[in-house]
Amino acid sequence: MISVEEFTNQLAAEFEDVEPNTIFPDTNYRDIKNWSSMYALIIIAFIDANFDVQLNAENLKSTQTVRDLYNVVCEKMK
Amino acid sequence: MSFVTVNNVSVKGIGACVPTQVYNNLSYQHVTEPERELFIKTTGIKERRVADAQTSTSDMCFEPAKQLIDKLQWDKSEIDVVIMVTQSPDYFIPGSAVILQDRLGLKKSCLAFDINLGCSGYVYGLYVLSNLLSSGQLKKGLLLVGDKSTVSTSYTDKSAYPLFGDAGSATALEFEEKANTMYFNLSSDGSGKDAIIIEHGGSRHGIQDDTFDLVDIEPGVQRAKRHLKLDGIDIFNFALREVPANVNELYNASQKNMSDTNYFVFHQANKLINESVRKKLKITDTTKVPYSINQFGNTSSASIPLTMITELTEQLSNHRQTLCLCGFGVGYSWGSAIIDFDKIVCLPLIEI
Repeated sequence: MISVEEFTNQLAAEFEDVEPNTIFPDTNYRDIKNWSSMYALIIIAFIDANFDVQLNAENLKSTQTVRDLYNVVCEKMK
Repeated sequence: MSFVTVNNVSVKGIGACVPTQVYNNLSYQHVTEPERELFIKTTGIKERRVADAQTSTSDMCFEPAKQLIDKLQWDKSEIDVVIMVTQSPDYFIPGSAVILQDRLGLKKSCLAFDINLGCSGYVYGLYVLSNLLSSGQLKKGLLLVGDKSTVSTSYTDKSAYPLFGDAGSATALEFEEKANTMYFNLSSDGSGKDAIIIEHGGSRHGIQDDTFDLVDIEPGVQRAKRHLKLDGIDIFNFALREVPANVNELYNASQKNMSDTNYFVFHQANKLINESVRKKLKITDTTKVPYSINQFGNTSSASIPLTMITELTEQLSNHRQTLCLCGFGVGYSWGSAIIDFDKIVCLPLIEI
C-alpha cells in the first residue's frame, strides 16, 4: 500500500478544480473549496479504481480527513 | 445468476424518439456555476431533452413504433404482441401497451401488457418478448420502452433534477428459425428499493396531506414525497458491486469472448458510474463503449436503444454486429445480454 502522503496527492489530483498543495492528510475533505456531494462520488470512484475497495455511505459518514479515508482503505484491503 | 438463452428470434429494427425541448445544465440556476460545471464534467450530462406537459411516455413510443412498422413494411395484422416497459405510464390504469395497441391500429388478438421496470427494462423486455416469440406460435412483436422521468423530479433537488432526460423507443422482433442465440443474465435485489423511489401516490402511502409539500433534505436537495428520490452513493456502490460481475458471468456462461463483441451498450446512468464499470470490466478500447449521455442525460429504460440509434446506426444498419447490452438501476434490477444484430433497420432519431 502506498503512503498516506502519496494517497493524498493522488486523491487531490482527482479534484481538478482544487489548487495544488491545499490538501494534506489531515485536511477535512469536506472543507475543500466548492465541496459538494459530487466529490463523494469522485472519491468512491478513485478508491474503487485504484485499490479495488468499495466505500459505502457509512464509511463516508464516519470519516473526516483524508487520513481517515486512507485508514478505511487500508483496513478493507486486509 | 439467472443465465438464460433464447433461440429462433431476431431483432429487425429499432427507432428512438426524444422531445425537441433542450435543457442545458449550464443554465440550472438552482446550483452555483462551479457546481454546474463539476456536475457536467463528472456525470457527462450537458444537455437533456424534456417533454412538454402535453407529451406522454406513450407518445414518445408511438412515433418510432409507427415509423418502424412502415419502414419494415410489416402488415399490422401480423403483429401478435406489444409490450410496453415504463415506470411513467400515461395513466395508473389502464396500461400503456393496451392504449398503443389501439392507437397503432393493431388487431384485437394482439397480446398487450406493461412491464414495470426502469434502467434494466430494455434488457428484461428483450428477454420477455423474444421468449414469447421463440416457439413460433406468435410471429412478430414490438417492444416499446420509454420514460418521461422529468415528470417526477423536483427542480430544487440537485441530486436528481439535472440527471434525467425523456425518451421513448420501439424495437421490432420476429420469429426466425436459425437466428443466432441470444444470451441473458438477469438479476434482482429488492433490498435496494429505497435507493430510487417515488414514495407517495401508490397503494402503500397513497396521496396524503404532505404528498406535495417540499421538504429540505440536505443543502441543495428539496423535494416532496411525490418526487423521485435518488441516493447516488448507494446506487454507485450497487453498480460497482453487481454490474461488472453480472457481465463477467454472462460471458463465462455463454462461453463467448468479450473481444468478439463489437460494442458494449450500457444504460446511460452517469459517466462516472459507467466509466468505473468499464474499467472494472477491463474494456480498454473506449470506442467500444458508446455514450449518448452528453446530449440526452439518463433516459431510464430508453437509454440503450437511444444510444444504439444515436451512436451506432451506421454499424447496425450495414454490418452484422455482436452487442453486449447492460441495464441496471431502480429496484435494484439489472441484467445483461449478448445479442447479434444482422443489418437491422435503424430509424433516424425522431424528435416530437
